[in-house]
Amino acid sequence: MTARSVRGAVATTLAAVLSISAAACSNPESPGGGSGSGSADSAVVGIAYEPDSLSPLLGYGKDGNSKIFDGLLALDGAMTLRPALATALPEISDDGLTYTYRLRKGVTFSDGKPFGAKDVVFTYRTILDERTNNASRTELDAVKTVEAVGDDSVVFTLKYPYAPFAQRTVLPIAPEHIAGEQDVNTGAFTTHPIGTGPYLLTKWSKGEKLSFKANPGYWGGAPKIKKFTMAIIKDDDVRATRLRSGDLDGAILPPNLAKGFKGEGRKTYAATTYDYRTVTLPTHNKVAGDTAVRRALDVAVDRQAMVDSILNGEGRPAYGPVPTDSEWFTGGTERRHDLAAAQQILDVAGWKPGKDGIRTKDGVRAAFPLWYLTGDKLRQEHALAYASDAKKAGIDITAEAGTWEVIEPRMKQDAVLAGGGSPADPDFDQYTLLKSSLAGDGFNNMARYDNKAVDTALEAGRRSGDKAARKAAYDTVQRELVKNPGYTFLTHIDHLYVVDDRFGPLTTQVEPHDHGLASGPWWNVEKWNPGGTEK
Amino acid sequence: MARMAGRRALFAVPVLGVVTFGVFAVAAASPFDPVKAYAGTAGLTASQENLDQLRANLGVDQPLTARWWNWLTAALRGDFGDSSVMRQPVADVIGERIGWSVLLAATAFAVAILLGTGLGVLAARRPGGWLDRCVSSAAYTLEAAPAFWLGLLAIWFFALKLDVLPAGGLTDAASDTVTFGQVASHLVLPAAVLGISQLPWFFLYVRQGVADALDEDPVRGARARGLRERTVLLGHGLRSGMLPMLTLIGSRVPELITGALLVETVFSWPGIAAATVEAATSVDFALLAALTVLATAAVLLGNLLSDLLYGLADPRVGFDG
Repeated sequence: MTARSVRGAVATTLAAVLSISAAACSNPESPGGGSGSGSADSAVVGIAYEPDSLSPLLGYGKDGNSKIFDGLLALDGAMTLRPALATALPEISDDGLTYTYRLRKGVTFSDGKPFGAKDVVFTYRTILDERTNNASRTELDAVKTVEAVGDDSVVFTLKYPYAPFAQRTVLPIAPEHIAGEQDVNTGAFTTHPIGTGPYLLTKWSKGEKLSFKANPGYWGGAPKIKKFTMAIIKDDDVRATRLRSGDLDGAILPPNLAKGFKGEGRKTYAATTYDYRTVTLPTHNKVAGDTAVRRALDVAVDRQAMVDSILNGEGRPAYGPVPTDSEWFTGGTERRHDLAAAQQILDVAGWKPGKDGIRTKDGVRAAFPLWYLTGDKLRQEHALAYASDAKKAGIDITAEAGTWEVIEPRMKQDAVLAGGGSPADPDFDQYTLLKSSLAGDGFNNMARYDNKAVDTALEAGRRSGDKAARKAAYDTVQRELVKNPGYTFLTHIDHLYVVDDRFGPLTTQVEPHDHGLASGPWWNVEKWNPGGTEK
Repeated sequence: MARMAGRRALFAVPVLGVVTFGVFAVAAASPFDPVKAYAGTAGLTASQENLDQLRANLGVDQPLTARWWNWLTAALRGDFGDSSVMRQPVADVIGERIGWSVLLAATAFAVAILLGTGLGVLAARRPGGWLDRCVSSAAYTLEAAPAFWLGLLAIWFFALKLDVLPAGGLTDAASDTVTFGQVASHLVLPAAVLGISQLPWFFLYVRQGVADALDEDPVRGARARGLRERTVLLGHGLRSGMLPMLTLIGSRVPELITGALLVETVFSWPGIAAATVEAATSVDFALLAALTVLATAAVLLGNLLSDLLYGLADPRVGFDG
C-alpha cells in the first residue's frame, strides 16, 4: 500500500461516512429507504445459489424455463409440453425414431440477428461434441443425428425409440453466430449470454446478483415486469433478514424461516416437487440386500411423522420416485406405517432378536451404516429418524456423515441418504435409479438394484409412444418396488417461497430436486401482471 | 531503500514458485474431485463415460508436476489459464472481483489504523483512566469475537432494528448501476465490521508503545523544557510508540485477507471471497494458484511496506542492514 493509496482509502472512508448520513436521512433514489424495488414493474428476489455458467451449451437451463433463452418446447404450469421456438409439438415417425420440429418464423436473438434452424443444429451438435464440457450430455444419449431441413425445420434421428425425447427439447437454443465464434467452455458467451427469451441479462455481478430487463421485442409479448433482479444470498438467515428489511420482494426459504413471515403483507407459496429423499439399500450388503429386511424397513418407517416433524408439514410421504399426487402414481401402492407387520416379516424370514434387541440370522447381525451428506441438515434429520424407526424393528442402522468423496467408494456396500427428482417424465428418474445395467455407473442406480421385471417395464416405458402402455409399464415398476424395495423412499419435499403481496396471486410449477434459477413463483415472471393477476 | 525493495522482489520469485507448487500438491492430495465439482448436481445423473470425458477435457488426469509446470510456464507468458469452476479465464474472474475486495480491505485497514492509533494515543495519555479502561476491555472482547459474528450482529442492529444501513450487496438489490453513493453506503457496514475486528491489535500496540515512550527520558526532558503537551504526545510519544505498530501492519495483512473472506460472505459483497472458497473446494487448480500468488504477494508487500515505513519513521533503523 503506497502513501497515495492510503490517502485514497482515507478519502473513500470519509466519503462513505458522509454519504451514509445522507442515505440514512432521506433516499429518494430508493423508495422506502432501500426497500426492494418498490415500483410496480420491477421485482427483486433472493435465491440461494449462483449458476456457474449461463451457457446452455454447458448445461444451463437444460430443463427449460431459463428466462434468457427459449427451447424448441416449453413446460406450462401443469407441466404439459407446449410449443415455444417450434410452432407445434414435434411430428414423430411411427417407429418413434424421427422427430421433426417446424420453427417459429420472425424470432430474433436479443442482438437483432434472426433465429433459424442452424442455431438449433449448432446447439445440439455442440452439446453432443465430447470436447464440450457438458456434464448433462448423457440426457441426450438417444440422439443419433440432428439436421436442418431448409431454414425452418429440424429433424432429430434417434438411436432407439425414446418416448420422453420431446421433454428433452426444452433445452435452450444458443445463437451460432456468437457462441460458435469462441471457446465453448470458457468464452465470453458463458457469462454474457444472448438469447431469444423474455429477459435480457443486463449485468451479472458475480457473487452478488443477476440483473435482467424485459426484452421489448420478445416474440411472446413484452413482459410487464420490466426489471427483474436475482440477488444471490447463500446464507438462509441473511436471506430472511434482507427479505424482512425490505431489500428483497421475495425469496426461497427453509420451512422454519418461512414460518416467521405469516401475514405481514407477504404470501408464502409451497411449490410441490418431485424432490425426494430416499435411503439406498445396496444389493451387495448382506443385510440391506435381503428382501425381507427391505420390506420390513419399508413398513417400519413412519413417513408421516417425518413430514410433520422434519418438514413442518410442508411435504408428502414418498413411496417411490413418483409423488402420490402425480398422474403417474400407481394408486394402492402406499405403505402404511406398521411396526408389527415389519417385525412379523423379519420373524418369518428367520431374523431373530438377539439379547440387545438387534436381530441376527445365520450369525449375521442386522446392522449397516447409513451415510448422509455433511452439513445437509435435512438429510441428517431424515437419516436419524430412519435409524430410529429401524431400531424399533430390531435393525441397527448407524447414521454417519461424509462428503461425496467419502461416500462414493462405500456406495456399493453401505446405505446412503440420497435425494433426486425430475418431474418432466417418469423415465428420467426411474430409468437411472432402477435399471440393472446402470448399476454403479457414476451415481446411477446407487443401490445396484437388479430386478428383471423392472428392467423390462423400464424399457417398455421409454420405448412405447402410447401413453396407456407407458402408464401400465410404470405401474409394474411401482408394484415391483412394493415386493422388493431397493430403496426406502421417505418424503417428497415442498420448496417454500415468500413473496410480496403486491404482485397478486402467483402460481408455482412442479419442481425438480435441483433448484433452478427460475423455479419458484417467478417461474413465469414474464407473465406477471403487477397489481393484478397473471394474465 | 530502493535496494531493499529490489532485494525483496528477487527473494519473492522463489517464494512464489514454492508456494504455487505447494498449492498444486495440496490440491492434488485433497479428497475433493475436480470433475465432481465441475459437474455439480448434473454429475449425479451423468454416466461414467461422460464423467471420464470431462476428466480428460479438464486435464486433471495429468500428473501433478506436469500440471504445475504447464500452469507456471503459461502464467509467465501472461496466460493464467481458465477457471474450470467459473467457466471463464482466470484473469477475468479475478479482474471482475479484486477491485471490490481491495476497496473493502483498504477501507477497513484505514479504519483500523486511524481509529486504533487515535484511541491508542488517547488511552496512553492516562493509563488506567476511564477511556483506557473502557477501550482496552472492549478491545480484548473484540479480539475474541469472530468477524462473521460481528457482521451478523451489525446487520441485525443497523439494517433490521434501526433500518439505517443496507444489509448487504454492493448496491441496492434493485439498482442496476453502480453509483458512488450506493457503493459508499453499502460499504459502511462490511468495512466497519472488518476494520473493527482488526482494530484491537493496532489499539493495543499503540497504547503500549506510546505509554512506554512517555515514560522515557527524552519525553521527560521535553516536558522539562516546557514543550506543549501536544508536541510531546505526537512528536515524541507517538513517533517512537508507532514503531511496533508499523511492523504490525505487515503481519496483519494475512488476517485482513481471511477476515475479508468471511465478511464478504456475510454481506454478499461481490469480492474475491466466494471465488476463493469455490476454487478451493472445487480443486480449480488455475484459479487457486493465481489467488494464492496474489495473497502471497499481498503478504510480501505488506511486510516490505512495514519495513519501509519503519525506516522512514525512525532513521536510526537502516534498510535491511
